[in-house]
Amino acid sequence: MLKIENLTANVGDKQILKGISLTVNPGEVHAIMGPNGSGKSTLAQVIAGHPGYEVTGGSVTYDGQDLLEMDAEVRAQAGIFLAFQYPVEIPGVSNAYFLRAAYNEVRKARGEEEVDPMEFLDVMTEKLKIVEMTEEMLQRSVNAGFSGGEKKRNEILQMAVLAPKLAILDETDSGLDIDALRIVAEGVNKLKRPDNATIVVTHYQRLLNYIVPDYVHVLAQGRILRSGGKELALELEERGYDWLLETAGASA
Amino acid sequence: MSSSIESLVNKEYQYGFVTDVESDAIPRGLTEETVRLISAKKREPQWLLDWRLKAFKRWQAMTEPRWPNVKYTAIDYQAQTYYSAPRSVKPLQSLDEVDPELLKTYEKLGISLNEQKRLSGVAVDAIFDSVSVGTTMKEELKKHGVIFCSFGEAVLEHPELVQKYLGSVVPYSDNFFAALNSAVFSDGSFVYIPKGVKCPLELSTYFRINAADTGQFERTLIVADEGASVSYLEGCTAPKRSTNQLHAAVVEIVALDHATVKYSTVQNWYAGDKDGVGGIYNFVTKRGKAFTHSKISWTQVETGSAITWKYPSVILQGDHSTGEFYSVAVVNNHQQADTGTKMIHVGKHTKSTIISKGISAGHGQNSYRGQVKVLPKATGARNYTQCDSMLIGNQCGAHTFPYIEVANNSATLEHEASTSKIGEDQIFYCKARGLNAEHAISLIVAGFCKEVFKELPMEFALEAQQLLGISLEGSVG
Amino acid sequence: MTAHSNYRELFEAASHGANRDFLPKLKIAAIEQFEAVGFPTTRDEDWHFTSVSPIAERTFRPVKPATLTVTAEDVARFTYGQADWHLLVFVNGRYEPTLSRFAELDVDAQVMTFSEALKEAPELLAERLGTLAPSQHAFTALNTAFMADGVVIRMPAGVVLDTPIHILYLADAHATGASQHPRTLIVAERQSQCTLVETFAALGGGAYFTNHVAEVVVGTGARVDHYKVQRESGDAFHVGTTQATQDRDSIYHSFSFATGAQLSRTNVYSRLLGENCEVRLNGLYALEEAQHGDHQTFVEHIAPSCSSREVYKGILDGTSHGVFNGKVFVHPEAQKTDGKQTNKALLLSDGSRVDTKPQLEIFADDVKCTHGATVGRLDDMALFYLKSRGIGGDRAKALLTYAFAAEVLELIELEPLKVALEALLFERFIPPEA
Repeated sequence: MLKIENLTANVGDKQILKGISLTVNPGEVHAIMGPNGSGKSTLAQVIAGHPGYEVTGGSVTYDGQDLLEMDAEVRAQAGIFLAFQYPVEIPGVSNAYFLRAAYNEVRKARGEEEVDPMEFLDVMTEKLKIVEMTEEMLQRSVNAGFSGGEKKRNEILQMAVLAPKLAILDETDSGLDIDALRIVAEGVNKLKRPDNATIVVTHYQRLLNYIVPDYVHVLAQGRILRSGGKELALELEERGYDWLLETAGASA
Repeated sequence: MSSSIESLVNKEYQYGFVTDVESDAIPRGLTEETVRLISAKKREPQWLLDWRLKAFKRWQAMTEPRWPNVKYTAIDYQAQTYYSAPRSVKPLQSLDEVDPELLKTYEKLGISLNEQKRLSGVAVDAIFDSVSVGTTMKEELKKHGVIFCSFGEAVLEHPELVQKYLGSVVPYSDNFFAALNSAVFSDGSFVYIPKGVKCPLELSTYFRINAADTGQFERTLIVADEGASVSYLEGCTAPKRSTNQLHAAVVEIVALDHATVKYSTVQNWYAGDKDGVGGIYNFVTKRGKAFTHSKISWTQVETGSAITWKYPSVILQGDHSTGEFYSVAVVNNHQQADTGTKMIHVGKHTKSTIISKGISAGHGQNSYRGQVKVLPKATGARNYTQCDSMLIGNQCGAHTFPYIEVANNSATLEHEASTSKIGEDQIFYCKARGLNAEHAISLIVAGFCKEVFKELPMEFALEAQQLLGISLEGSVG
Repeated sequence: MTAHSNYRELFEAASHGANRDFLPKLKIAAIEQFEAVGFPTTRDEDWHFTSVSPIAERTFRPVKPATLTVTAEDVARFTYGQADWHLLVFVNGRYEPTLSRFAELDVDAQVMTFSEALKEAPELLAERLGTLAPSQHAFTALNTAFMADGVVIRMPAGVVLDTPIHILYLADAHATGASQHPRTLIVAERQSQCTLVETFAALGGGAYFTNHVAEVVVGTGARVDHYKVQRESGDAFHVGTTQATQDRDSIYHSFSFATGAQLSRTNVYSRLLGENCEVRLNGLYALEEAQHGDHQTFVEHIAPSCSSREVYKGILDGTSHGVFNGKVFVHPEAQKTDGKQTNKALLLSDGSRVDTKPQLEIFADDVKCTHGATVGRLDDMALFYLKSRGIGGDRAKALLTYAFAAEVLELIELEPLKVALEALLFERFIPPEA
């Protein structure tokens, strides 16, 4: 589904990603872990098409297409979803309107009919349950005045509505208390299907108790230092990142 | 109603067509003779002619104001035509007799004059160049004693009301353009709501400039008698022409004790092309006088005109009166707007609210100019002002000139202003949810303007939102 | 005969006097400029709320030299108890070395009177003087034409002066009916730092006219803290203009405190020429009786990534009239500008009034600019709260008024000055306990 080969990317003159390769197949859950500043969020943003990053080398193919040639909205319409680490506020625009606009864009791209507000409300009622949110949430402005936990749940709500093929959760667990974490994680698990895939970007192993990964990759200094199964996450929890960095340093 | 703004962003100005009708126009130029000729064409009584002549004399002694923050080449007042009317329009005709060509024009503008087809709940006066083509729903309104007709008709049918209130809020000597208007005004709408009557319909005037090189100088007078209330809306469009056309209107509102008047404008005059050629000069004086416990509320969505110079104001004359001003002004390409309001607190415990949202794109220059004045006797006056500007692109400008003048120590005034860029992070967030950049901007802008849109009557709020989509066309790089 | 032609005559007379050799070209250009523009009127947008006709209708001659009667004790009343600050005292516009004193100055820092500067650093005067302050402003032109003395401070690169420099302008009875046009020039070179306090005060009443101009060059990475305390006599007229220019990474902090003069106008302007500058323009004015006080600030963001902060507060009693006009102008190149302005006015009496005009003019899109203004009287709830705690009406009002003022004084970083001004206000607003 997603094939990243030797990807390098810069912000300004600074190289952040220094050659990443990663393959994600349908039905898989990949966790990307690493210390702060390792390039985890950059990787997530580059896949989603953030204009602030310049791809300087390598390739990314998504369903056989050159992903890097696609605009951010085209990627979204093609089924890529990024749950933002810092969801953006859009004052004055209701959550309901925003979600329906996005939903209809994705439907249009799939060649499906757009839905009117009444039909959409039916869709929403069901999705709201997944993240334990109330309809009142729909009338509020997008993320404006939301608590940190509400913002993250709102991201998962959007994910539920847009039903992506490839979801990337960028530190969705950071700043969440244990209840919110459970809601978010269960939401993600409920949305799991054999034909979609998830990339979970996180600093902490805690989230992986709820969303069990098939693969764990450790990203540091812009490179994947090690890949393994879910047990790698536990090892990291126990030993921290330093031993890996040292090993990498020694081998470099 | 949910048609996405995105489908509209790519549209050109869709009201730019010209209606082919035979017109009765007077020769170009402005002399005392012109004033007499206009008055004669309208079969006006002597007192009105005298008033026009006084205004004309005053105008001749005045100079065009230079303080607005707008730039344009000088207007040659002798090169304009001051009166133009379709030949087919006869005074006081019924709607059945209206020239089908004109009816078609209004259909094309989305304004049906056919009462059966018309949205229920709205009465329309259609002004074409210098004259009223017709007014709908008159019979229905008559049942409630509401007078809604063209200004010309009011002069003939209700001279005592017109004479009593004309110039009582905006005297002919008020300013250069008001004096000009007072001398040569052609038509406009007149509204009178009798004591205690809540007007059962939304009243609406639709202004259309059609003839070339013709100025439009309409005059609107709205009187809400004690305890009456009315909601009024005006819309405006003009053909695309490469020369500038002058529109210098005057609107006067009188809200007597306990009356409420809500006046909404969706201004979409032709704005000129992307290089700033052509477009309407929109130099307008709008003012209301609010008596005891009355309320006057202005809501405007300004997206058109090459140049806008307009300050809908309220004189809070009576104790406990309220004035409101809600405005969205959008400039794109080479448009310039200098707009805002004046709230003059005269009476005790008067209250005013100002919400202004300015959006600048392209090479547009947008100025908010507002005055809040509290006179010494206005004990307990309150004002809240919020003016926010949004810039899209780096060739445009946003300017804020608020004047706060307080001479009573029991007044409470609060003023907040901000200017910011449309957020890149907001646009990316929308894109990451599948919306393209233009759709994202329309959405963000609509959110920015929400506090103003919610003041508009339902169906017009949607129209306004759609207009914004069009006005910002091509503003993303 | 118009007032400005009188000034031409005065100018001609002065040119034959003691100041003959004092920068003649600059001064001639200035008097011509003054004649060309004349005194402003309320038709001028920047003078809309302030009529200077009380100044324009009479001719203030330069003060005649007289025997010095001011004593060290007189001076001590205005030095904030700071014996170790560098002190330059001017009486009626003339430098008085016997009343002035310098602590050990850094070897490289130069603090000079104009007469000294003409000898010691003529190239500095030639290069800088009159290049910052806009001579199209009538009062600035008038100052340049008539300036007789003043202070020049040059901070060489890297020099940090910890001890503040205090310039005290005193007017005594000899000043009545006359004018003084003192001038200040500060050139803070790369990464230097200094603190300047300018105090305008009177010994006894008198209707005199002070017309001051300060020019401040804040070089790359330099910092200047500039305090102005205006306590002129209640009959006096005061016009003061401070114009700063800032190179990249520089910091300029200005605080303007004003309680004096029957008619005063204080302009504080800064032009941000280099990236990443910081400017703070703060102020407090407290007026009573029929005083008229006008403050104007103008921050011109020319370079990107600069921040400006302004807080001005006014307290108006009696039939006084306060004016605040703050403008933030952002040029198209000045992206990432961060500007914030607040102004608040407190009206204590029925007859007091305030006119305020906070303006934003923005030509760059990636900016964050806000301004807020409030006008009102004391908060009824707060008054009630104090009363409910047993503090009587007048005393509660006094306390709240003082609190309103003290809040902005908190922005003064020069501790002894802050303490002194707080004491001044405390004495003014808080009646002694019965």
